[in-house]
Amino acid sequence: MIYWSNITSYVIIDHMPKPLVTILGKAVRSVARLRGGGSALPGLVVEHIDPNFIKHILATLPLGVVVISGTNGKTTTTKMVVELLESQGLKVFTNRTGSNFTRGVAAALLGDIDIKGQLHADIAVLELDEAHAVHFVDKIPPRFSLILNVMRDQLDRFGEIDHTTNLLRHIAKATTDIVVLNREDARIASIARSLGNQKVSFFGLDDSLLSTFPSDDNLHIRASKSHASTKADVILSKFAGNSATFIIDDKKVTTELKLTGIYNVFNAAAALTLVRAIIGKNLNQTKLIKTLLNVAPAFGRGEILGVNGKPLELVLVKNPSGFQLGLESFKPSGYATMIAINDNYADGRDMSWLWDVDFVSLDAEGVAQVSGIRAYDMALRLQYDEVPIKSVDANLKKALKRFIANAENQPKRIYCTYTAMLAIRRNLSKITHVEVVK
Amino acid sequence: MTDKTITILHLYSHDMNIYGDRGNVLCLQRRLEWYGYTSRVIEYNQGDEFPDDVDIIVGGGGQDSGQNKIKTDLLSIGSRICELADNDTPILMICGLYQLFGKFFKTADGEIIEGIGLFDIETYAKSERLIGNIVTHSEQFGDIIGYENHSGQTFLGQNVHALGRVRLGAGNNTIDVSEGATYKNVIGSYLHGSLLPKNPSIADFLIQKAVVKKYGKFTKNKIDDSFAELARKAALKRPR
Repeated sequence: MIYWSNITSYVIIDHMPKPLVTILGKAVRSVARLRGGGSALPGLVVEHIDPNFIKHILATLPLGVVVISGTNGKTTTTKMVVELLESQGLKVFTNRTGSNFTRGVAAALLGDIDIKGQLHADIAVLELDEAHAVHFVDKIPPRFSLILNVMRDQLDRFGEIDHTTNLLRHIAKATTDIVVLNREDARIASIARSLGNQKVSFFGLDDSLLSTFPSDDNLHIRASKSHASTKADVILSKFAGNSATFIIDDKKVTTELKLTGIYNVFNAAAALTLVRAIIGKNLNQTKLIKTLLNVAPAFGRGEILGVNGKPLELVLVKNPSGFQLGLESFKPSGYATMIAINDNYADGRDMSWLWDVDFVSLDAEGVAQVSGIRAYDMALRLQYDEVPIKSVDANLKKALKRFIANAENQPKRIYCTYTAMLAIRRNLSKITHVEVVK
Repeated sequence: MTDKTITILHLYSHDMNIYGDRGNVLCLQRRLEWYGYTSRVIEYNQGDEFPDDVDIIVGGGGQDSGQNKIKTDLLSIGSRICELADNDTPILMICGLYQLFGKFFKTADGEIIEGIGLFDIETYAKSERLIGNIVTHSEQFGDIIGYENHSGQTFLGQNVHALGRVRLGAGNNTIDVSEGATYKNVIGSYLHGSLLPKNPSIADFLIQKAVVKKYGKFTKNKIDDSFAELARKAALKRPR
């Protein structure tokens, strides 16, 4: 058996033939799996041995590469785009593991290629983190890109929003064919002006919905400017309950959706625009809408689990606008609410962001349980919005147990940061029987 | 609640609010109410008329683009602010506006952005960004706990005191151990997190100065700060 630690000694070999790299990478991948290791490790090994590994394989795809980036909604939007493209008969490769770094892409590739290093797909749809996407597109220019939004998020990592916008602009500029942009986010829409020969396609909102979607500049003001003078390919015009109305190429289409959360529905408009750009004239709209109706949220993004016969919703919160939209999308009445805030690197280390969120909507029902490494920062935040709190416990496992025990006959909702969500998922199955409802 | 009202001026709330600075305004508002006063918040943005009746001023950090938008307007109201400061009005400025309350900010391109000169401090843009949890100590306020994220490095002149001495983190610059600045009842600091909720002694200092100045005396009833205490304890254990 080959252990990955032994394989690293092969890194010095410069020109290993491709089939060998593939076999080696696949071996590392299965070993890493056996050891229960992370999804990116085999990708890292392959990247070291053959830096052009990804490039060579992706270059063989007839429809090329699609890159999806932005602050909020990448994972669910990517999932939607993949399913929508599949509805049109395409075979799609994607970095499904959610490891949105270059080596995560390499790791995902290793799982999908055959032993000769051939990838049997028509197109690759990749979710990339802003900072990593910049390096990725320099090596592999995408044919299509979709830039969702830019919000204050992990400023401790990327510096300032304007800097993050420049990273996203770089992705758009490296794109060869069509760039899909958010018309309602002024920073993203402005990217159109710095492009050359690429075609630009916008997705947008009806003016009546503008006030529901804060962009970073109106996080506190909510007096949004109309951008209706710029033509958008797909517009979300109405959203009530589970039903959404889109205006696609000037025609109204109303559909039910499985997705929860207003932001997910707006991202559906983004996904539709991108898929329309990729498929062009031959699009089968009936199949497209039928598929959209059945798209479920991605792991931890508003997904619903069953715990002791009652629904438990996990809502991932990463930044103020996402948290605010989550609070506005899901009504607290009847639900037991828990909030779990960690401050590991992937969560963002600065707690300032909690003070940009308005928690007043939780005043009436209160919060049953607060937890996470920064449980007391969260409790302090709620105190200043005069939201009643039943229990605070930084220990996630204990907090989760108490939360479930105290709200046995109630539907439950947990707002959690990324690493808190992973810990909750891990612990839930230990505490109780869990089923995935949606 | 009494008819005693304290007015908080939130300086450039639209363009300088990036690191949860609204938390500082909310903290003052709530504590004033819990102490039995009526609080009123006025947002001041460029082009607005500067109000006559102001008891506390709070300002925050912004991006470079935000600073560019407000810098000219700030100079036009600088003398009003300095006059209020000299009359003992309590003021809190965080990060970007802390820098512009100094003499100048020199950008990476060598451009000088003039400040209002309330603090005898100078700030220089550097390539290194100082990011992470920070703990400083002051005799007056005890441990001051927060988070810093800035590439400007600030140096204190003769006529200004540091707010605290750095115990963990960088503070004003990478050369000395000073963090922030104080002049009369004006406090400047790089700390967010937000600063006031987790450091209630500073919030109460600003409130006390404002109430005493306006109404002669301030009697402080008890606020339950146990969440703040526990949040401070947790923060002290976190890595840089």
